[in-house]
Amino acid sequence: MASEKDERSKGEFLAEAEDILEDLNQHLIQMEAMVEAGSVDPDVVNAIFRGVHSLKGLSGMFGFTGVSTLSHKLESLLDALRLGKVPITPEVTQAIFQALDRLKELSEDISRSGFERADTTDIAAVIEAAMTGGGGADKKSPVDELAIDPALVAVLTEYEEHRLKENVKAKNGIFLVKARFDLMTFDKDLTALNDKLKSLGEIISTLPSSGMSPDMGIEFNLLMGTKSTMDRLVEEVGGLGAEVVEIKYKAEEKKAASEAASPTIKSLSKTVRVDISRLDHLMNIVGELVLSKNIISQLSKDLRGLHGFTGIAVDLHKATRTFERKLGELQEGVIEVRMVPIGQIFTRLTQAVRKYAGDVGKDIDLEMSGEDTELDKLMVEDMSDPLMHLIRNSIDHGIEAAQVRARRGKPERGTIRLDAFPKGNRVVITVEDDGGGIDHEKVRRKAVERELIKESDVLSKREIMDFIFMPGFSTSEKVSEVSGRGVGMDVVKKNVSRLSGMIDVETEIGVGTKFTITLPITLAIIKALIVDVSAETFAVPLSSVLESLMITRDRITTIEKREVVSLRGETLPLLWLDRVFSLPKSDAGDYLYVVVVGIAERRLGLVVDRLVGQQEIVIKSIGEKLKNVPGIAGATELGDNEVVLVLDVEALIDEATLRR
Amino acid sequence: MTRKVLIVEDSKAMRGLIRATVEALPGFVTHEAGSGFDALKALPSHQFDLIITDINMPDINGLELISFVKGHPNYKSIPLIVVSTEKSEEDRRRGLALGASGYIVKPFKGEDLQELIKKVLGVTV
Repeated sequence: MASEKDERSKGEFLAEAEDILEDLNQHLIQMEAMVEAGSVDPDVVNAIFRGVHSLKGLSGMFGFTGVSTLSHKLESLLDALRLGKVPITPEVTQAIFQALDRLKELSEDISRSGFERADTTDIAAVIEAAMTGGGGADKKSPVDELAIDPALVAVLTEYEEHRLKENVKAKNGIFLVKARFDLMTFDKDLTALNDKLKSLGEIISTLPSSGMSPDMGIEFNLLMGTKSTMDRLVEEVGGLGAEVVEIKYKAEEKKAASEAASPTIKSLSKTVRVDISRLDHLMNIVGELVLSKNIISQLSKDLRGLHGFTGIAVDLHKATRTFERKLGELQEGVIEVRMVPIGQIFTRLTQAVRKYAGDVGKDIDLEMSGEDTELDKLMVEDMSDPLMHLIRNSIDHGIEAAQVRARRGKPERGTIRLDAFPKGNRVVITVEDDGGGIDHEKVRRKAVERELIKESDVLSKREIMDFIFMPGFSTSEKVSEVSGRGVGMDVVKKNVSRLSGMIDVETEIGVGTKFTITLPITLAIIKALIVDVSAETFAVPLSSVLESLMITRDRITTIEKREVVSLRGETLPLLWLDRVFSLPKSDAGDYLYVVVVGIAERRLGLVVDRLVGQQEIVIKSIGEKLKNVPGIAGATELGDNEVVLVLDVEALIDEATLRR
Repeated sequence: MTRKVLIVEDSKAMRGLIRATVEALPGFVTHEAGSGFDALKALPSHQFDLIITDINMPDINGLELISFVKGHPNYKSIPLIVVSTEKSEEDRRRGLALGASGYIVKPFKGEDLQELIKKVLGVTV
């Protein structure tokens, strides 16, 4: 009994130690880059200190003396680094890396045999040597120069006090930002305020207080150091309901001193951090300009129609072309700035996988490739939940238990592969596992049970798989803690679809499952195919268009009550847009235009009257009334001030599957 | 009589150890907070008899939490115990100055924490 408990607590120790070490490694890599660039963010050093500090406390409590002794040494070094007693050099960074490696070895020892085997004396000496590089702590406290309330200093940890001193030494302005929030939502509100403030300077401490009416909410006093002026701070945070108070320097020489010092305190960094909302704002302006450009192009065309290609019409045409080219460059530039590598979320996913796989007791490797693939920052953020869910699903329902895998002749460790790559103006992300696959027959039975189809219906495997994306559809009997939180594949699909993306699944029993998500690289401005259907105009996002065809009516045949055409030997189901949106029947004559949309074999032909052309559009959200109309993703303006609806291709493919 | 203890500690494993130690005392139940923010959120909806808090935490630190509790009309009578490491002597001194009732240094023995809790709450169990 006791040993079982020991085993469990050892597991808990190892899981947390592994998380901490992983985290430390990442922060250390960041710090190394900062040391090279010549400017180290104190937050990063403090994060490393905190990680080592936690590890020391943890190993001490669990009685792992090797980890405890080494992390204790390391903690002393990091404490000296964060308090500025020892300078941070590449040599020091290397020493920390070595120590981390040794700590990792020790925890692997514990995991394998329960005992620490690796020797730490040599590494302890390296750390010891790194420590001796420094001078001493600052003697006279520069905080004395500040007219600050002692109660504010009393709650600072030693480290925070050091940061305050550093800010005073740098002659930064010291401010107290006060804000009052609702008790239920303060963490979110405070994070928003923190993000704003961090872009302007350093937050030294966050002191909560009950304020005047303790039952109504909670007040925070944020102590910060910054080069920004009071006016700038007020301008930035006033909107978030915060109040700013300056903490003055006792001597009034501050102003003169900072002016004198300013030429020498030039920043070494060549980058600026920008709030994403500012980029959004820029992007919106570019979007508006694109609309204006469309209007001007149209006017130029009209003018040519009226006056022929002469005089002012030629000049306007030339000017418009130049404008278009330059606007194109501006647009590309702004989009480029918004792009971040998708690896940012991959890293987060790795940690989550480790944790969740541990929770359910499965051994799983996460392999990744294509981390450099770039995607709009906001889309990257919006993709993290769906990807997390797919991975949790794989861990939970996909990868089999080790015994089952062994029986099936598979390696006991399961593998989940995460891949991303650009494809034209799209980005493809795949999540693939080597688990048990999804049983088509089981899904089919469930669909019959739920009266979505009849027992006698003949469906392709792919059509059957579409059911897993329906709300409330699950073939899994047991609800697990990992993925069984009532969030289903339908939510994943909805999230992907909201980003104008598409999701597809391939699965084979006993071999594994692969989800493929295709996304446009940005949502801000997209290319669309403009089509006419019985006097209405629609925009189809080009990222989901495979090709367009012109066919004669007699090529349409009916299979299983569905109208289809045969395309290069394969069957393509058709969907009449006039019927979907209950428009008057179009009399298009013998020829029909078919826009083929979809992904992989999940394809659909949209029947339209006319293809108008390609155009760049800015998708605007539509009002509440139209929000729930299936098949509409939003609205956009075309050059001639006409508002047209943008089709939600994913939803239309669903519509076609259900209309049978 | 049941006594409810709020444990504020960002390490999950450490929290588990403290919980087990506290709950080994008869009549003690616990509530866990993984950060200072979680603690602030838990305070209004529970009647705590004791708070055990770490000092080094990512959002608000333990000293700030003590200052908040001791300055709040509804909570100021709740005693606090600081769990710290021998490294942060200065921080511990500040915690006591802000009104913490006791401290214990990591790594500690379960019995020592239990003794301290009994002493701070003035109970004999």
